[in-house]
Amino acid sequence: MSKFTKKKSNELPPISTASLPDIVFMLLFFFMVVTVMRETDLKVEQKFPKADQVEKLRKDRSIFIFAGKPSRQYKERYGKEGKIQIRDKYTNISNLAFALEGERAKLLPELQGSIVVALKIDEDTNTGLVSDIKEQLRELNMVKIIYITTLGNQLDDL
Amino acid sequence: MARRSAPEVNAGSMADIAFLLLIFFLVTTTMVKDKGIARLLPPKQENLIDPPKIKQRNLFIVLVNKDDQLLVEDNLMDLKDLRQAAIEFLDNGGAPSGSPEYCNYCRGKKDPSSSDNPDKAVISVQNDRLTSYKMYIAVQNELVAAYNFLRDRESLRLYGWKFTEVKKAFAEKNFRGNKADRVKTEEGMKEIKLLYPLKLSEALPRKAGN
Repeated sequence: MSKFTKKKSNELPPISTASLPDIVFMLLFFFMVVTVMRETDLKVEQKFPKADQVEKLRKDRSIFIFAGKPSRQYKERYGKEGKIQIRDKYTNISNLAFALEGERAKLLPELQGSIVVALKIDEDTNTGLVSDIKEQLRELNMVKIIYITTLGNQLDDL
Repeated sequence: MARRSAPEVNAGSMADIAFLLLIFFLVTTTMVKDKGIARLLPPKQENLIDPPKIKQRNLFIVLVNKDDQLLVEDNLMDLKDLRQAAIEFLDNGGAPSGSPEYCNYCRGKKDPSSSDNPDKAVISVQNDRLTSYKMYIAVQNELVAAYNFLRDRESLRLYGWKFTEVKKAFAEKNFRGNKADRVKTEEGMKEIKLLYPLKLSEALPRKAGN
Protein backbone atom coordinates (compact mmCIF):
# COMPACT_ATOMS: atom_id res chain seq x y z
CA MET A 1 0.00 0.00 0.00
CA SER A 2 2.68 2.47 0.90
CA LYS A 3 4.09 2.02 -2.56
CA PHE A 4 1.39 4.25 -3.99
CA THR A 5 1.33 6.99 -1.40
CA LYS A 6 5.07 7.43 -1.18
CA LYS A 7 5.49 10.09 -3.86
CA LYS A 8 2.60 12.28 -2.85
CA SER A 9 3.73 15.56 -1.29
CA ASN A 10 1.60 18.17 0.40
CA GLU A 11 2.96 21.15 -1.57
CA LEU A 12 1.12 22.51 -4.59
CA PRO A 13 2.99 22.07 -7.86
CA PRO A 14 4.39 25.38 -9.19
CA ILE A 15 2.41 27.02 -11.95
CA SER A 16 4.12 26.60 -15.25
CA THR A 17 5.08 29.87 -16.89
CA ALA A 18 6.14 28.21 -20.10
CA SER A 19 3.12 29.54 -21.97
CA LEU A 20 3.62 33.10 -20.79
CA PRO A 21 5.75 34.08 -23.79
CA ASP A 22 3.07 32.71 -26.09
CA ILE A 23 0.40 34.83 -24.46
CA VAL A 24 2.57 37.91 -24.56
CA PHE A 25 3.47 37.30 -28.19
CA MET A 26 -0.19 37.01 -29.03
CA LEU A 27 -0.87 40.40 -27.50
CA LEU A 28 2.23 41.79 -29.13
CA PHE A 29 1.10 40.71 -32.58
CA PHE A 30 -2.34 42.17 -31.99
CA PHE A 31 -0.92 45.56 -31.14
CA MET A 32 1.62 45.40 -33.95
CA VAL A 33 -1.16 44.83 -36.43
CA VAL A 34 -3.45 47.58 -35.19
CA THR A 35 -0.74 50.17 -34.71
CA VAL A 36 -0.59 52.92 -37.24
CA MET A 37 2.44 55.09 -36.97
CA ARG A 38 1.63 58.76 -37.21
CA GLU A 39 2.30 59.77 -40.79
CA THR A 40 2.29 63.48 -40.41
CA ASP A 41 4.18 65.69 -38.08
CA LEU A 42 1.68 68.23 -36.84
CA LYS A 43 2.81 71.80 -37.12
CA VAL A 44 -0.45 73.40 -36.07
CA GLU A 45 -2.41 73.22 -32.86
CA GLN A 46 -5.19 70.67 -32.93
CA LYS A 47 -7.89 71.00 -30.35
CA PHE A 48 -11.15 70.11 -31.97
CA PRO A 49 -14.51 71.66 -31.16
CA LYS A 50 -17.15 69.48 -29.57
CA ALA A 51 -20.18 68.07 -31.34
CA ASP A 52 -22.51 65.14 -30.84
CA GLN A 53 -24.33 64.78 -34.16
CA VAL A 54 -21.37 63.02 -35.69
CA GLU A 55 -20.58 60.40 -38.30
CA LYS A 56 -17.51 58.26 -38.66
CA LEU A 57 -14.79 59.07 -41.13
CA ARG A 58 -13.83 56.49 -43.74
CA LYS A 59 -10.09 56.73 -43.92
CA ASP A 60 -9.52 54.99 -47.24
CA ARG A 61 -11.11 57.75 -49.26
CA SER A 62 -10.13 60.81 -47.32
CA ILE A 63 -7.70 63.66 -47.60
CA PHE A 64 -6.72 65.54 -44.47
CA ILE A 65 -6.39 69.28 -44.23
CA PHE A 66 -5.04 70.60 -40.96
CA ALA A 67 -5.48 74.18 -39.89
CA GLY A 68 -4.87 76.20 -36.78
CA LYS A 69 -2.31 78.37 -35.09
CA PRO A 70 1.30 77.24 -35.50
CA SER A 71 2.32 74.99 -32.63
CA ARG A 72 4.58 76.19 -29.89
CA GLN A 73 7.93 75.43 -31.47
CA TYR A 74 6.96 77.17 -34.71
CA LYS A 75 5.33 80.19 -33.13
CA GLU A 76 8.38 82.42 -33.31
CA ARG A 77 8.98 81.76 -36.97
CA TYR A 78 5.44 81.80 -38.28
CA GLY A 79 3.52 84.03 -35.90
CA LYS A 80 0.10 83.44 -34.44
CA GLU A 81 -2.10 83.64 -37.53
CA GLY A 82 -4.01 80.50 -38.51
CA LYS A 83 -2.14 78.32 -40.99
CA ILE A 84 -3.05 75.45 -43.26
CA GLN A 85 -1.07 72.25 -43.32
CA ILE A 86 -1.22 69.35 -45.76
CA ARG A 87 0.96 66.31 -45.07
CA ASP A 88 4.10 67.77 -43.50
CA LYS A 89 4.12 71.22 -45.00
CA TYR A 90 2.46 74.55 -44.46
CA THR A 91 0.41 75.54 -47.47
CA ASN A 92 -1.02 78.86 -48.61
CA ILE A 93 -4.52 79.34 -49.87
CA SER A 94 -3.07 80.05 -53.32
CA ASN A 95 -1.36 76.68 -53.71
CA LEU A 96 -3.90 74.70 -51.73
CA ALA A 97 -5.53 73.54 -54.97
CA PHE A 98 -2.22 72.20 -56.28
CA ALA A 99 -1.50 70.32 -53.05
CA LEU A 100 -4.99 68.82 -52.99
CA GLU A 101 -4.69 67.63 -56.59
CA GLY A 102 -1.52 65.83 -55.59
CA GLU A 103 -3.24 64.22 -52.63
CA ARG A 104 -6.14 63.10 -54.77
CA ALA A 105 -3.78 61.37 -57.19
CA LYS A 106 -2.40 59.30 -54.31
CA LEU A 107 -5.74 57.66 -53.56
CA LEU A 108 -6.95 54.46 -55.20
CA PRO A 109 -8.44 55.29 -58.61
CA GLU A 110 -11.81 53.71 -57.83
CA LEU A 111 -12.17 55.83 -54.72
CA GLN A 112 -11.18 59.14 -56.28
CA GLY A 113 -14.76 59.84 -57.26
CA SER A 114 -16.14 59.50 -53.75
CA ILE A 115 -13.43 61.50 -52.06
CA VAL A 116 -14.06 62.96 -48.62
CA VAL A 117 -12.05 65.87 -47.33
CA ALA A 118 -11.52 65.78 -43.59
CA LEU A 119 -11.06 69.22 -42.12
CA LYS A 120 -9.04 68.98 -38.94
CA ILE A 121 -9.32 72.49 -37.70
CA ASP A 122 -8.44 73.93 -34.34
CA GLU A 123 -11.33 75.45 -32.45
CA ASP A 124 -9.71 78.88 -32.15
CA THR A 125 -9.39 79.40 -35.89
CA ASN A 126 -11.41 82.10 -37.63
CA THR A 127 -14.24 80.97 -39.86
CA GLY A 128 -12.77 83.18 -42.58
CA LEU A 129 -9.91 80.75 -43.10
CA VAL A 130 -12.33 77.82 -43.12
CA SER A 131 -14.50 79.40 -45.78
CA ASP A 132 -11.44 80.17 -47.91
CA ILE A 133 -10.58 76.47 -47.78
CA LYS A 134 -14.15 75.55 -48.65
CA GLU A 135 -14.15 77.89 -51.65
CA GLN A 136 -11.03 76.15 -52.95
CA LEU A 137 -12.66 72.76 -52.44
CA ARG A 138 -15.67 73.85 -54.43
CA GLU A 139 -13.40 74.94 -57.27
CA LEU A 140 -11.86 71.46 -57.31
CA ASN A 141 -15.27 69.83 -57.06
CA MET A 142 -14.45 68.06 -53.80
CA VAL A 143 -17.78 68.75 -52.23
CA LYS A 144 -17.94 66.04 -49.59
CA ILE A 145 -16.37 67.34 -46.43
CA ILE A 146 -16.35 66.37 -42.80
CA TYR A 147 -15.52 68.67 -39.94
CA ILE A 148 -13.56 66.58 -37.45
CA THR A 149 -14.80 67.10 -33.90
CA THR A 150 -14.47 65.48 -30.53
CA LEU A 151 -17.40 63.95 -28.76
CA GLY A 152 -19.26 66.22 -26.39
CA ASN A 153 -21.44 69.26 -26.58
CA GLN A 154 -20.42 72.86 -26.67
CA LEU A 155 -23.42 73.74 -24.53
CA ASP A 156 -21.87 71.99 -21.54
CA ASP A 157 -19.01 74.49 -21.40
CA LEU A 158 -21.09 77.63 -21.59
CA MET B 1 37.26 14.81 -31.03
CA ALA B 2 33.93 13.62 -29.89
CA ARG B 3 31.01 15.71 -30.99
CA ARG B 4 29.47 17.51 -28.09
CA SER B 5 25.80 18.26 -28.16
CA ALA B 6 25.02 22.02 -28.44
CA PRO B 7 23.96 23.53 -25.14
CA GLU B 8 20.33 24.42 -24.89
CA VAL B 9 19.53 28.11 -25.32
CA ASN B 10 17.87 29.58 -22.29
CA ALA B 11 14.52 30.93 -23.35
CA GLY B 12 13.64 32.42 -20.00
CA SER B 13 14.23 35.97 -21.12
CA MET B 14 12.04 35.65 -24.17
CA ALA B 15 9.04 36.77 -22.16
CA ASP B 16 10.91 39.87 -21.06
CA ILE B 17 11.84 40.81 -24.61
CA ALA B 18 8.30 40.24 -25.78
CA PHE B 19 6.99 42.36 -22.92
CA LEU B 20 9.30 45.17 -23.88
CA LEU B 21 8.03 45.14 -27.45
CA LEU B 22 4.46 44.79 -26.26
CA ILE B 23 4.74 47.85 -24.08
CA PHE B 24 6.27 49.84 -26.92
CA PHE B 25 3.37 49.03 -29.23
CA LEU B 26 0.83 49.59 -26.48
CA VAL B 27 2.15 53.10 -25.98
CA THR B 28 2.33 54.01 -29.66
CA THR B 29 -1.09 52.65 -30.59
CA THR B 30 -3.88 55.13 -31.05
CA MET B 31 -7.19 53.53 -31.67
CA VAL B 32 -9.38 56.61 -31.78
CA LYS B 33 -11.39 56.88 -34.91
CA ASP B 34 -12.00 60.32 -36.31
CA LYS B 35 -15.57 61.48 -36.14
CA GLY B 36 -17.19 64.63 -37.34
CA ILE B 37 -20.08 66.47 -38.92
CA ALA B 38 -20.39 65.50 -42.57
CA ARG B 39 -21.54 68.11 -45.00
CA LEU B 40 -21.99 68.49 -48.74
CA LEU B 41 -20.74 71.72 -50.25
CA PRO B 42 -22.78 73.30 -53.03
CA PRO B 43 -21.15 72.56 -56.38
CA LYS B 44 -19.49 75.32 -58.30
CA GLN B 45 -21.90 77.29 -60.42
CA GLU B 46 -20.79 77.62 -64.02
CA ASN B 47 -23.06 80.41 -65.17
CA LEU B 48 -24.84 82.44 -62.59
CA ILE B 49 -28.55 82.12 -63.00
CA ASP B 50 -30.98 84.03 -60.87
CA PRO B 51 -31.27 82.35 -57.51
CA PRO B 52 -34.72 80.94 -56.84
CA LYS B 53 -36.93 83.27 -54.88
CA ILE B 54 -37.56 82.14 -51.32
CA LYS B 55 -40.34 83.74 -49.39
CA GLN B 56 -39.32 85.52 -46.24
CA ARG B 57 -41.48 83.29 -44.06
CA ASN B 58 -39.72 80.17 -45.39
CA LEU B 59 -36.31 81.48 -44.45
CA PHE B 60 -34.78 81.05 -41.02
CA ILE B 61 -31.82 83.37 -40.78
CA VAL B 62 -29.07 82.71 -38.26
CA LEU B 63 -26.41 85.39 -37.99
CA VAL B 64 -23.23 84.95 -35.98
CA ASN B 65 -21.08 87.99 -35.34
CA LYS B 66 -17.40 88.33 -34.55
CA ASP B 67 -18.06 88.09 -30.81
CA ASP B 68 -19.84 84.76 -31.28
CA GLN B 69 -23.27 86.19 -30.57
CA LEU B 70 -26.32 84.73 -32.25
CA LEU B 71 -29.02 86.70 -34.01
CA VAL B 72 -31.87 84.43 -35.00
CA GLU B 73 -34.70 85.95 -37.03
CA ASP B 74 -33.72 89.41 -35.76
CA ASN B 75 -33.70 88.37 -32.11
CA LEU B 76 -30.70 87.79 -29.91
CA MET B 77 -30.65 84.18 -28.82
CA ASP B 78 -28.61 81.85 -26.65
CA LEU B 79 -27.06 78.82 -28.28
CA LYS B 80 -29.06 76.49 -26.04
CA ASP B 81 -32.36 77.77 -27.45
CA LEU B 82 -31.32 77.44 -31.08
CA ARG B 83 -32.21 73.78 -31.46
CA GLN B 84 -35.78 74.25 -30.23
CA ALA B 85 -36.24 77.36 -32.38
CA ALA B 86 -35.06 75.48 -35.47
CA ILE B 87 -37.35 72.54 -34.70
CA GLU B 88 -40.33 74.87 -34.32
CA PHE B 89 -39.50 76.59 -37.60
CA LEU B 90 -39.03 73.39 -39.61
CA ASP B 91 -42.02 71.63 -38.12
CA ASN B 92 -44.36 74.61 -38.42
CA GLY B 93 -46.38 73.53 -41.46
CA GLY B 94 -48.07 76.89 -41.96
CA ALA B 95 -49.70 76.15 -45.31
CA PRO B 96 -53.49 75.92 -44.97
CA SER B 97 -55.02 72.45 -45.19
CA GLY B 98 -56.25 71.67 -48.69
CA SER B 99 -53.47 73.57 -50.43
CA PRO B 100 -50.86 71.47 -52.30
CA GLU B 101 -48.22 72.60 -49.85
CA TYR B 102 -50.11 71.34 -46.81
CA CYS B 103 -47.95 69.32 -44.44
CA ASN B 104 -49.98 66.52 -42.87
CA TYR B 105 -47.21 65.15 -40.64
CA CYS B 106 -46.07 68.43 -39.09
CA ARG B 107 -46.91 68.94 -35.45
CA GLY B 108 -45.93 72.58 -35.21
CA LYS B 109 -48.01 75.63 -34.44
CA LYS B 110 -49.31 76.06 -38.02
CA ASP B 111 -48.32 79.69 -37.81
CA PRO B 112 -49.01 81.31 -41.22
CA SER B 113 -46.12 83.74 -40.72
CA SER B 114 -43.58 80.90 -40.39
CA SER B 115 -42.54 78.14 -42.83
CA ASP B 116 -45.09 76.52 -45.16
CA ASN B 117 -43.72 73.00 -44.92
CA PRO B 118 -40.36 71.31 -44.20
CA ASP B 119 -39.61 70.99 -47.89
CA LYS B 120 -39.87 74.76 -48.39
CA ALA B 121 -38.12 75.71 -45.17
CA VAL B 122 -34.53 76.83 -45.58
CA ILE B 123 -32.12 77.62 -42.78
CA SER B 124 -29.53 80.18 -43.72
CA VAL B 125 -26.41 80.65 -41.63
CA GLN B 126 -24.24 83.69 -42.07
CA ASN B 127 -20.94 84.14 -40.28
CA ASP B 128 -18.52 86.93 -39.85
CA ARG B 129 -14.99 86.13 -40.95
CA LEU B 130 -13.87 86.53 -37.36
CA THR B 131 -16.41 84.15 -35.86
CA SER B 132 -14.56 81.39 -34.04
CA TYR B 133 -14.62 77.95 -35.57
CA LYS B 134 -15.80 76.60 -32.22
CA MET B 135 -18.98 78.66 -32.44
CA TYR B 136 -19.46 77.78 -36.08
CA ILE B 137 -19.37 74.06 -35.31
CA ALA B 138 -21.65 74.53 -32.30
CA VAL B 139 -24.27 76.24 -34.50
CA GLN B 140 -23.99 73.59 -37.20
CA ASN B 141 -24.28 70.89 -34.57
CA GLU B 142 -27.46 72.36 -33.13
CA LEU B 143 -29.06 72.72 -36.56
CA VAL B 144 -28.18 69.16 -37.58
CA ALA B 145 -29.56 68.04 -34.22
CA ALA B 146 -32.86 69.75 -35.03
CA TYR B 147 -33.11 67.86 -38.32
CA ASN B 148 -32.11 64.60 -36.64
CA PHE B 149 -34.76 65.06 -33.97
CA LEU B 150 -37.51 65.49 -36.55
CA ARG B 151 -36.26 62.65 -38.73
CA ASP B 152 -36.10 60.32 -35.73
CA ARG B 153 -39.61 61.25 -34.72
CA GLU B 154 -41.07 60.55 -38.16
CA SER B 155 -39.15 57.31 -38.69
CA LEU B 156 -40.30 56.07 -35.29
CA ARG B 157 -43.88 56.90 -36.14
CA LEU B 158 -43.84 55.39 -39.64
CA TYR B 159 -41.47 52.45 -39.35
CA GLY B 160 -40.64 51.93 -35.70
CA TRP B 161 -36.90 52.60 -35.90
CA LYS B 162 -34.80 55.65 -35.33
CA PHE B 163 -33.31 57.28 -38.40
CA THR B 164 -30.00 58.20 -36.79
CA GLU B 165 -29.49 54.74 -35.30
CA VAL B 166 -30.14 52.96 -38.58
CA LYS B 167 -27.90 55.39 -40.44
CA LYS B 168 -25.12 54.66 -37.99
CA ALA B 169 -25.64 50.90 -38.35
CA PHE B 170 -25.38 51.19 -42.13
CA ALA B 171 -22.24 53.26 -41.90
CA GLU B 172 -20.62 50.75 -39.56
CA LYS B 173 -21.84 47.82 -41.66
CA ASN B 174 -23.53 46.08 -38.75
CA PHE B 175 -27.11 46.33 -39.90
CA ARG B 176 -29.02 43.29 -38.65
CA GLY B 177 -31.52 41.72 -40.95
CA ASN B 178 -31.75 39.97 -44.30
CA LYS B 179 -31.57 41.53 -47.72
CA ALA B 180 -35.28 42.23 -48.00
CA ASP B 181 -35.17 44.08 -44.68
CA ARG B 182 -32.21 46.04 -45.85
CA VAL B 183 -33.84 47.19 -49.07
CA LYS B 184 -37.00 48.10 -47.21
CA THR B 185 -35.09 50.10 -44.62
CA GLU B 186 -33.14 51.94 -47.29
CA GLU B 187 -36.41 52.88 -48.96
CA GLY B 188 -37.70 54.10 -45.64
CA MET B 189 -34.63 56.22 -45.06
CA LYS B 190 -35.06 57.86 -48.44
CA GLU B 191 -38.67 58.55 -47.59
CA ILE B 192 -37.72 60.19 -44.29
CA LYS B 193 -35.11 62.31 -46.02
CA LEU B 194 -37.82 63.55 -48.36
CA LEU B 195 -40.09 64.43 -45.45
CA TYR B 196 -37.39 66.54 -43.81
CA PRO B 197 -34.78 67.42 -46.42
CA LEU B 198 -31.62 68.97 -45.05
CA LYS B 199 -31.73 72.51 -46.37
CA LEU B 200 -28.93 74.37 -44.72
CA SER B 201 -27.62 77.24 -46.74
CA GLU B 202 -24.43 79.05 -45.97
CA ALA B 203 -23.74 82.54 -47.17
CA LEU B 204 -20.19 83.61 -47.80
CA PRO B 205 -18.92 85.31 -44.68
CA ARG B 206 -19.05 89.04 -44.68
CA LYS B 207 -16.04 91.21 -44.17
CA ALA B 208 -14.37 91.06 -40.81
CA GLY B 209 -15.87 93.04 -38.01
CA ASN B 210 -18.99 94.28 -39.79
